[in-house]
Amino acid sequence: MWNPFEVASRLKRIGLLGLNRRNADYVLKYNPRKFYPRVDDKLITKQLAIAAGIPVPELYAVVREEHEIRELHDKLAAYEKFVVKPAHGSGGDGILVIHGRRGQRYRRASGLLMSREDFEHHLSNALSGLFSLGGHPDHLLVEYCVEFDDFFERVSFRGVPDIRIIVFLGYPVMAMIRLPTRLSDGKANLHQGAIGVGIDIPTGITKRGVWGSEPIKEHPDTEHSIVGLRIPHWDTLLSIAARCYELTGLGYVGVDLVLDKHQGPLVLELNARPGLSIQIANGAGLLHRLKTIEALPDRERPPEARIAFAREHFHTV
Amino acid sequence: MFRQLHLLLLAAVLVATGAAAIYYKAQVLGLPLTPEEQAEVWTVQARVHYQPRRQANSVRLRIPKLTPGFTIIEERFIAPGYALLTEEDEGSRILRWTIRRASGPQHLYYRATVVRAGLADYQDGRPQLAEKPSLEEPFLTAANALLEEVRQGSADIASFARELIRRFNEQPPSQEVALLKQLAPDPLARARLLAGLLAFRNIPARIVQGLKLEAGTQRTIRPFLQVHNEQRWVTVDLDTAAEGWPEDLLLWTVGHEVPFAVEHHPRAALEVAIERNLADALLLAEQRLEAENRKLFEFSLFALPLETQQVYRVLLMIPIGAFIMLLMRNVVGVSTFGTFMPILIAIAFRDTGLFAGLIMFTVLIGAGLLVRFYMERLKLLLVPRLTSVLIVVVILMAGFSVLSHKLGIEVGLSVALFPMVIMAMTIERMSIAWEERGPGHAIRQGAGSLAIAAVAYLVMTWPPLVHFVFVFPEVLLIVLALAMLIGRYSGYRLTELFRFRALARPEASQS
Repeated sequence: MWNPFEVASRLKRIGLLGLNRRNADYVLKYNPRKFYPRVDDKLITKQLAIAAGIPVPELYAVVREEHEIRELHDKLAAYEKFVVKPAHGSGGDGILVIHGRRGQRYRRASGLLMSREDFEHHLSNALSGLFSLGGHPDHLLVEYCVEFDDFFERVSFRGVPDIRIIVFLGYPVMAMIRLPTRLSDGKANLHQGAIGVGIDIPTGITKRGVWGSEPIKEHPDTEHSIVGLRIPHWDTLLSIAARCYELTGLGYVGVDLVLDKHQGPLVLELNARPGLSIQIANGAGLLHRLKTIEALPDRERPPEARIAFAREHFHTV
Repeated sequence: MFRQLHLLLLAAVLVATGAAAIYYKAQVLGLPLTPEEQAEVWTVQARVHYQPRRQANSVRLRIPKLTPGFTIIEERFIAPGYALLTEEDEGSRILRWTIRRASGPQHLYYRATVVRAGLADYQDGRPQLAEKPSLEEPFLTAANALLEEVRQGSADIASFARELIRRFNEQPPSQEVALLKQLAPDPLARARLLAGLLAFRNIPARIVQGLKLEAGTQRTIRPFLQVHNEQRWVTVDLDTAAEGWPEDLLLWTVGHEVPFAVEHHPRAALEVAIERNLADALLLAEQRLEAENRKLFEFSLFALPLETQQVYRVLLMIPIGAFIMLLMRNVVGVSTFGTFMPILIAIAFRDTGLFAGLIMFTVLIGAGLLVRFYMERLKLLLVPRLTSVLIVVVILMAGFSVLSHKLGIEVGLSVALFPMVIMAMTIERMSIAWEERGPGHAIRQGAGSLAIAAVAYLVMTWPPLVHFVFVFPEVLLIVLALAMLIGRYSGYRLTELFRFRALARPEASQS
């Protein structure tokens, strides 16, 4: 017999953070509304990051008006690969990854060709706000296309694996890496079928993976082990994530990073309402860690001290 | 902590205020907590409105005099600035309102409170032939032919009258009827013609005009035919040819005179609204309050015009629906399209009924999605595409109505309120979700929206609750307090227990 109260009390014991509590006690409390544009508009995020010396993918062009779409073909002629993103898109919606050209047509990351007309249609939709929250008119960013580190070659099916770190009051509290699968069609969203792999904060070693709701140890497409991997540049990744607190002014933020083959860690986007699946990937709740930090008498510390604290306390087993 | 206390105090104050007001109204004022079945009270409001001319204006309104089966316990005439004269004839009273100078749109009210008083129908008056219409050729021949046909198809006086009406309403009409119908453009004239035709066969017939006591606005005073079968008057419905006095028929006037007329104003209008009011208890309370302390009742919903009261019956239920949605979303964790869309769908279900509404919604969204996927190939811009989907939705709705009408299902016709724009947006968002997140996700959200709408609809139309909320709108303060408290509910949602079930396995260890 499934007893909801029993399940609830078990989840409570491991400190699982639910949506209501995330919103009521963390997002509403620590994320001032006025700072939301800093993360909701990727253009502002990028500008702030550059000013703060945090590495981000290089910006090639910004599209604000319908007519600029047609001019884009010439503007981008110099670049072989690039990514088009709606500035207010969420959860990877509306992102278009171009890996090359064939005559007049673009080749998408999936290998499919896309005519100029289709390309313009997609951009025009995005500009009209199809992918933005609330359907407001949007602008688009065209930026450097990340070439992922060889490290991930064996544990990823197409697409770019990204690293999500939850940063609370500047302390990195939990991390995971999201590995695209054949099922997720190269996308790195867990609910689309990507794998979430929990990362031990102190060491940067992957500990356990979750695909859908089942724990796994090997990548289903490449058969390669996904646990026990040591994420390269882990110190830099933590340092970048921790500094995003000063950057945004948001107390509870999800930092999405990628590892580029040439440029190392780059910040892809920030999220003021990061999802909760990271807890499944880590097999642990966020709540105990968040409360540990809330209980600190002197929690305003420089980034290095915060990282040191996190590495001391937040183990994933 | 302070914020928590603040919220708790505020909620406590709201609950206490609401509960106290409900207690006071129920216990001290004696307002009934549940809708009573036996003691129905109807408030009938006849409202004449017209644009006055510069000279003197005169309004004639016939009002009930004899009301077999009912008693008028209270009457009001509201016509500021008008002089009122009352006359009487055999079957009704005639109000004559006059004013020398009036400006702006004029609204005159007659309000009557009616309660049932046993079962009876109108039997007064001696049998008498109606006035024969003076028919010329070819109408005379047609009338005779029709009457002859009817005679062959009938056994007695009552069945003769019914057969005549049946033939008159037949679709398509016979040639004779089609011809005769030209003489009688409106229901009243038709009733008069039928009574006249019966006089050709020496059957005493007369017209009574009555109002069916069914709650709602835009009620009409309809003519009925009565024929005398040498023992009693038999009433026949002019639309259905059904025999017998309808139980809920309030006799308005006897004879073929129009119920109301404004001199020199052919376009003046009469609107009749009927409110099926609560119970005797409520009326008694109202009367007592008027004697003791009028202010309280004057500032309650019952003091509003009947049309407005009807609107508030619906409006006051919206917070209840919204509260249910709040529970479903924040406590259960059902995901929906848009925040309040399920409530709008639930309101739309009021017109269509639940089952038909669900089917219609599913069919329309499904068809809309197909259109949307097709349009995807045409590469239209967003706003023109949304507009196109909207237009297609309206066309589909029209088609749906026509089709259901042809199939003899009358549900599709009352869809004026169906939120089309919202439907178009839903189709758009659903198709995006379909492509980006997969069909499962899109269908889950759509089904979630529909499920919440269905639950909200069932609760929002549950009669005891509708009554309670209308009589005790203070209950909304309590709902407000609950909504605010849930605003600080930080426990798990029911669906999260399922989503994170992997973490709840006993062996899952602590970090």
